Amino acid sequence: MRVLAALSGGVDSAVAAARAVDAGHDVVGVHMALSRNRDQMRTGSRGCCSIEDAGDARRAADVLGIPYYVWDLSERFEQTVVADFLAEYEAGRTPNPCVRCNEHIKFEALLDKGVALGFDAVCTGHYARVEIDDDGVRALHRARDAAKDQSYVLAVMGPERLARAMFPLGDAATKDDVRREAAARGLSVSAKPDSYDICFVADGDTQGFLRERLGSRPGDVVDADGTVVGRHDGAYAYTVGQRRGLALGRPAADGRARYVLEVQPATNTVVVGAAELLTVHRLTGERAVWFDDAPRAWRECAVQVRAHGTPVPGRVRAASTGAQDLEVELHEGLRGIAPGQSVVLYDGTRVLGQATVAGSGR
Amino acid sequence: MAGAAVRAGSAVLRRLAAVSSLGAGREAYLDHAATTPMHPLALEAMARELTRTGNPSSLHAAGRAARRVVEESRERIAAALGADPGEVLLTSGGTEADNLAVKGIAWARRRADPAARRLLVSAVEHHAVLDPARWLVEHEGASLVELPVDRDGVLALGGLARALDADDAEGAPALVSVMWANNETGAVQPVRGVVGLAHERGVPVHVDAVQSVGTLRVDLQQVAADAVSVSAHKVGGPVGIGALVARRGLALEPVLHGGGHERGVRSGTLPAAAAAGFAAALEAAVASREAEARRLEGLCERLVEGVRATVPDAVLQGPRIGAAGEDGGPARLPGIALWTFPGCDGDSLIYLLDTAGVRCSTGAACTAGVAQPSHVLLASGLGEEQARGALRLSLGRTSTEADVDHVLAVLPDAVARARRAGLA
Repeated sequence: MRVLAALSGGVDSAVAAARAVDAGHDVVGVHMALSRNRDQMRTGSRGCCSIEDAGDARRAADVLGIPYYVWDLSERFEQTVVADFLAEYEAGRTPNPCVRCNEHIKFEALLDKGVALGFDAVCTGHYARVEIDDDGVRALHRARDAAKDQSYVLAVMGPERLARAMFPLGDAATKDDVRREAAARGLSVSAKPDSYDICFVADGDTQGFLRERLGSRPGDVVDADGTVVGRHDGAYAYTVGQRRGLALGRPAADGRARYVLEVQPATNTVVVGAAELLTVHRLTGERAVWFDDAPRAWRECAVQVRAHGTPVPGRVRAASTGAQDLEVELHEGLRGIAPGQSVVLYDGTRVLGQATVAGSGR
Repeated sequence: MAGAAVRAGSAVLRRLAAVSSLGAGREAYLDHAATTPMHPLALEAMARELTRTGNPSSLHAAGRAARRVVEESRERIAAALGADPGEVLLTSGGTEADNLAVKGIAWARRRADPAARRLLVSAVEHHAVLDPARWLVEHEGASLVELPVDRDGVLALGGLARALDADDAEGAPALVSVMWANNETGAVQPVRGVVGLAHERGVPVHVDAVQSVGTLRVDLQQVAADAVSVSAHKVGGPVGIGALVARRGLALEPVLHGGGHERGVRSGTLPAAAAAGFAAALEAAVASREAEARRLEGLCERLVEGVRATVPDAVLQGPRIGAAGEDGGPARLPGIALWTFPGCDGDSLIYLLDTAGVRCSTGAACTAGVAQPSHVLLASGLGEEQARGALRLSLGRTSTEADVDHVLAVLPDAVARARRAGLA
């Protein structure tokens, strides 16, 4: 197969590309330029699109003996991932930009361009497994290394795009094994720190980034019965379940800690209250993507709402409200679920489907 | 009749198939404007000098021997350019020569006349000229006039005259910098006219001739520019050496301070072997210039005609082939052609052609491997989307008809595929 290996400049994508080469594929490395101001030199674990990272990606391609190019997808990235990130926060929701990047950049812009140029698949360093059953049906599974599993951020691509995705690290036992393999292969990135932050928020200060891009918009912090208990500098900077960073003038009547329960963008209001008010048992999702047929009847599953969150037992069915809507019931309840988060549904290790959280209920 | 047509058609198809199967695994280096292979005589001269030890500034016999190589090379470089040996300042390359000219002249002019702080620079200059000018604006209160070009990317002399005469609060003109010919489109600039207009008003002129030397007649007896930048590796010499030819009497402040080499204007140990390679390559290029220019023109015409036939909507940028430039001279460099391919992304074309063995470029500067929309094409009036579909093929000493035919065989498919991939 002709394989387009996305090389971020990190250790995972380099080893993934190396494994694709070993498997006998005709591999070409591409580094995606995603940032519009690439002159900023970020160091260490931050980000994945600095000039330094592009250089690391180039060196990895040299070591693997594969061609290497940089493709400028920064405009698409800004229009989709960054714009969505800002619009979602502005709408009082909590987006996951990595999900949007996989949806719109890696497995759309990059994949479509690659296919048009004659490639059969895109290979990335994600930790997830693709299994093909006896009928040739492809399924997305959790990685062997549960701690590194990234099926949560990949589920959004859906079955058609999965057919052109290749994740050679899905069977890696641990990240340390991958680092050892990188060192053995002579890849200089073997000891490079992992990246955890949002790549386009250079210093990791999401609130500062939002303030810079969206401006200061002071408003009230109220409790559940509408009493003003403090002020904020922009409701968009708050996330359901958040406790820290609430500068509340008046202590709660019961003296207990208060959490963000809701962000109301229309009135620029942040609603706070006690922890137990955060627990929800029902979710609605929109823009659902199914790897199976959408279940008309309740189907038992494991529900995950955060990239590194623990899956909890629940059940799911397609909702009557819209063709791409679904509803989820959580058997034990979950705390602090914000609209905009991704909810991914599993049957064991297999991904059933994915949706964006629209609302929740106790 | 019908049978004959089918037979004729299949003969064409067979021939094309033969070309493309021959093309498999074939390579064509068509990026001579980026860098061109070393001339054998340059290689020989360098190999000889690299085995010797001696700092040209040393006072002993070994130093004198190295100094002799440098000075003989300087004389040969000067002779090839119609300059005096004392006017040739050796630099690390074209970029340093351009920086030395722009900053060195601007500083010297400012020192003599505090009002002289307006830099008149063509909008299509190489970044090695534009960026030092912009740096002087940002850091030292200079002002910059980017002189407009026409649709072919050729400087409008009327615009220069107006800029020189503008009674401007931004200060008096400090220098004019216009390149001899453009490295992206190959458009030759009216440098004699530029020098005439500027000198009438007592303003010094810098000309970046990095891309022109070797294929155009770059003769300082003919064009009395005050400073001219040249680079060795564009004419078959080594990477890492160039020169600023600075006429006597031109006040120039140094950029690199140190041991006081090169008239105190450019410090740094003189590279004897590189200088010998530079001189040998430049001499060889100048000696064969006219015949080589005609040969490259012929190849380039074959290329342009071929592209016109196979990709009819490609737009050749710069002056049309065969057009006359200033004083009836050529309007374009003989070996450079740049097209825009509507609906294509330069990224895609470079990848597809590289895969097919064709080494070429978008022509524009890169930032960490990303081709930026060419400021040359934007200044010539193209939109950003058009500019993103640019592809430059540049020919040189080792180019052959087979190279041209190879790119013509693979280009239509590359363009069709790139078009499908679209502007991502």
